[in-house]
Amino acid sequence: MNWMKYRWLYFLISLAVAGAGVFSMIKWGFRVGVDFTGGSVLEYRFDEKISEETAAAGIEKIGFRVTSVQKTGEETYLFKLAPIARADKDKITQLLPNSVGSSLNELRFENVGPSMGPELIKKTLYALIISAGAILLWVAYQFRSLKFGVSATIATLHDSLVLLGAFSLLGHFFGAEVDFLFVTAMLTILSFSVHDTIVVYDRIRESQKKFGSDMYFLANKATSETMVRSLNNSFTIIFMLIALILLGGSTTIWFAVALLVGTISGTYSSPFVAVSVLVTWDQIEQRLKKQV
Amino acid sequence: MRKKVFGIFLLTLLAGYISLPKHVSLFGKKFDRIDLNLHLGKFTLERNFDLKLGLDLAGGSHLVFDADTDKIPAEKRKEAVEGARNIIEKRVNLFGVSEPSVQIASFEGKNRIVVELPGIKNTKDAVNLIGKTAQLNFAKVQDASPSAVLVPTDLTGADLQNAKVAFDSKNGKPGVSLEFTKEGGEKFAKITEENIDKPLAIVLDNQVISAPVVQEKITGGTAQITGNFTTDEAKKLTIELNSGALPVPVQLIEERTVGATLGTESIQRSIKAGMVGLAMVGIFMIASYGKFGIVADVGLIIFGVLTLALYKLIPVTLTLPGIAGFLLSVGMATDSNILIFERFKEERVKRPWADALEVSFGRAWDSIRDANIATLVTSFILTNPLDWQFLHTSGPVRGFAITLALGIVISLFTGVVVSRNLLRVFIKDDTQPKKI
Repeated sequence: MNWMKYRWLYFLISLAVAGAGVFSMIKWGFRVGVDFTGGSVLEYRFDEKISEETAAAGIEKIGFRVTSVQKTGEETYLFKLAPIARADKDKITQLLPNSVGSSLNELRFENVGPSMGPELIKKTLYALIISAGAILLWVAYQFRSLKFGVSATIATLHDSLVLLGAFSLLGHFFGAEVDFLFVTAMLTILSFSVHDTIVVYDRIRESQKKFGSDMYFLANKATSETMVRSLNNSFTIIFMLIALILLGGSTTIWFAVALLVGTISGTYSSPFVAVSVLVTWDQIEQRLKKQV
Repeated sequence: MRKKVFGIFLLTLLAGYISLPKHVSLFGKKFDRIDLNLHLGKFTLERNFDLKLGLDLAGGSHLVFDADTDKIPAEKRKEAVEGARNIIEKRVNLFGVSEPSVQIASFEGKNRIVVELPGIKNTKDAVNLIGKTAQLNFAKVQDASPSAVLVPTDLTGADLQNAKVAFDSKNGKPGVSLEFTKEGGEKFAKITEENIDKPLAIVLDNQVISAPVVQEKITGGTAQITGNFTTDEAKKLTIELNSGALPVPVQLIEERTVGATLGTESIQRSIKAGMVGLAMVGIFMIASYGKFGIVADVGLIIFGVLTLALYKLIPVTLTLPGIAGFLLSVGMATDSNILIFERFKEERVKRPWADALEVSFGRAWDSIRDANIATLVTSFILTNPLDWQFLHTSGPVRGFAITLALGIVISLFTGVVVSRNLLRVFIKDDTQPKKI
């Protein structure tokens, strides 16, 4: 099949998806979690039926502003507040039963100081740069060509951008937060994306020995040969992730969503970004050679 | 070939045994899994096969303290933080927490001490105990008016040999009995001699806890602190005094406490999600590849059993992101098989059946190797085994990366070695008529 004929379409799709994400990032930014901004998280399970509003109002009555409430289970709510001291938390736990009229169980208390955020962001950036650099070098070395390495890295950056954009949108419309786990998901997708790309590259390398060096032809052949495998592999991962999203509970739900978005984007980007860029690069190179 | 399959079978059986929960009930009878306990002469090998759970699953507290080193000269800061860490570890151990972890995390001039306390219920007490500087000092009191001025002596917490809870022989009230070092005892004798009929204040972290009046010179090298203590308070005071004073003040800047109930629920949910996901993957593989899919599924079960056994043997502390990493690696584990089976579809038309199988394994291996090394590189950076301070040294990222890396390595074994041998032995060519 002549996959590479429609490269303009692939670039257009990528541009549209990434563009929507970038638009959202500029307009709405991210909903940043406690891990980065600092703040407190309190999770309680009430013994009586209580609405979200009553529960939040109960805490406000004690004198603390609640920034968000999330239902995490039956009569279980997760509250987010500005950073509070341990003594304040004890006060809330003690006074809340009276304030809402139900005994309760404290399930979780997290308090992150505001100074931790910038550190996490820096460490994450370092991890991202080192991983991307290592992958670039590994691919370039393995395929004896910088072209392959750079194209693969462009595809992984494409996936990172799609994921960031998706979470800006999900954050705006569904309250998804960018937190520590999101960062983990992003780094995982980095490796998944390149995993997929290498499989296609590998077929290009193999056919090169037999069928010469026409990159356009090789790319089409390799894409056809790996398409079913690529889809099937993604399906198995997607099955696991969907199970995790539906049944895994509130702590990991957005983490699983992030991995899902990344998996889909990673599957798409291997033939349609990495290989397409490779072919385009190769054509430009050939044309320049002819001119000289 | 059959030998290999037999070996795989034995390995799975062994791993399966290790993977069992502690108590198994079968047909109404209860069995206990016996832990490894080998004694061969001087050589002892003991290992308990229980899964190690992280704070988010077992419940517990993750505390981050900031060590304030501003007042300490730059070249001595490292030593001071190191000292603070050791003292905090001592305190935590004396407090009676099982398997605590106390680590230093330094980044851009900031020094943090990360304390992890699994299964702890009363975090408040632990935080108070750990964060106390516990600077003990004996001070002379100049004129006994309310505006008394305290003059610190050279007798401090450093002169203590031991502190323990003691009850007053007269009124039975709890107090703390102090035993000084030899040098400390001499200092104490000198101070008491000079201050007969005057009060001597015992000061902890700039707070006077008691100021008894000295009756006579005390030479025995022991002293009693009596105040308004409960037994519990007296016990905590002894922990602080015995572990010594922190060389730098510390402040709690981050806390994450998860109750045990939440952890249990998370585990149950994850197991359910894992089972459902696994079933879907299993069905999908059979639907796509027929009897090859069955082989892949058997490989997948072996993968699960081996992974669980290794988690227990290494041991890997399992966290919620860690479970996610494991589930993801299950999805990735099928990839080796899919690559091989797809390859086989191509090769089958070109050459005889058995050859096609071998060629598929050989050709697919290049892709499998190259692709998985890339994932391993990333998980290596995320795991950060060399504890590079500019990367994450603790937390969810690490837990996730460890299980992902382990999953990839095991999936290479099950996806390539295990399924290859199973295929060779169990799947026969049915496209050719059987020879008689």
